[in-house]
Amino acid sequence: MKSRIIGSAFAAALIIFAGYAALYIAPVDMRQGQIYRIFFFHLAAWVSTFTALTIVFVSNISYLATRRQRWDSLGVAAAEVGVACCTIGLITGPLWAKPVWGIWWTWDARLTTTFLMWLLYVSYLMLRGLMEDPRRRATLSAVFGIFAFLDVPLVYMSNRLFPTQHPQPVFFGGPNSGVDPTMAKVIVLCMIAVLVIMIPVLIDRYKVEGMRAEVEELRQEVELRTSQPAGTHLDAPARTVNVKEVL
Amino acid sequence: MKDFQFLFSAWIAVWAVFFVYEVTVARRLSKLRGEIDRLKQQLREG
Repeated sequence: MKSRIIGSAFAAALIIFAGYAALYIAPVDMRQGQIYRIFFFHLAAWVSTFTALTIVFVSNISYLATRRQRWDSLGVAAAEVGVACCTIGLITGPLWAKPVWGIWWTWDARLTTTFLMWLLYVSYLMLRGLMEDPRRRATLSAVFGIFAFLDVPLVYMSNRLFPTQHPQPVFFGGPNSGVDPTMAKVIVLCMIAVLVIMIPVLIDRYKVEGMRAEVEELRQEVELRTSQPAGTHLDAPARTVNVKEVL
Repeated sequence: MKDFQFLFSAWIAVWAVFFVYEVTVARRLSKLRGEIDRLKQQLREG
């Protein structure tokens, strides 16, 4: 509990400092003025999205290779965090686009593949709600998750392959890319800050999956006991979910 | 001035999405903890 409080205080301090750095320390952009400051948390949200979706991909492959329920739990937890970060990116993007481009949205390669990525991972989460059998659910969502991940490198490469409305990459984008050194430091700080607050949420979401399995197991035990006549003992109640395996 | 409105809206959106998501995860955890305690109690009585 004490370490949790210290961790939360550290995360809060980091976020406040990152916010201050993004608003006051980073210099004003020559072309865009103050509005470019959206960039610091827009990019940080995308870095968290790609990190979370890579965790989903690794978890999906690991589940299919080992059939361990914990990989499925990690996969769904990371997918939900990924969708939350992607939603932040999809909201901040148009809010930046309107004053700079004059439009909220356009169906260019980067924006379209990104919106598709969001839809794919929302579908991944919805698909899981349609299946009750835990093993079937885990297998099908792992296969779907691997398929969905095909769009992630496509999003990353889209504005390099099809340069249209969305700006060219600021980092790793060739000889004309790059930012002011102070801006670069603030960007790194914002990325770390967003990751620091997203990791505890990912851990909590992972715990939710473990507790769901425990509830399922306890419910089955209660049902078995209530279905037995009074006075009889249960030697080995049937269990379909192994909680220790989930956590 | 209008730029600041967009900037402010974006910052509000970032924290709103994060806060709402964090609250939903915390609520799910708390609800499941309650359910586990209730079922364990039922088994003990049972």
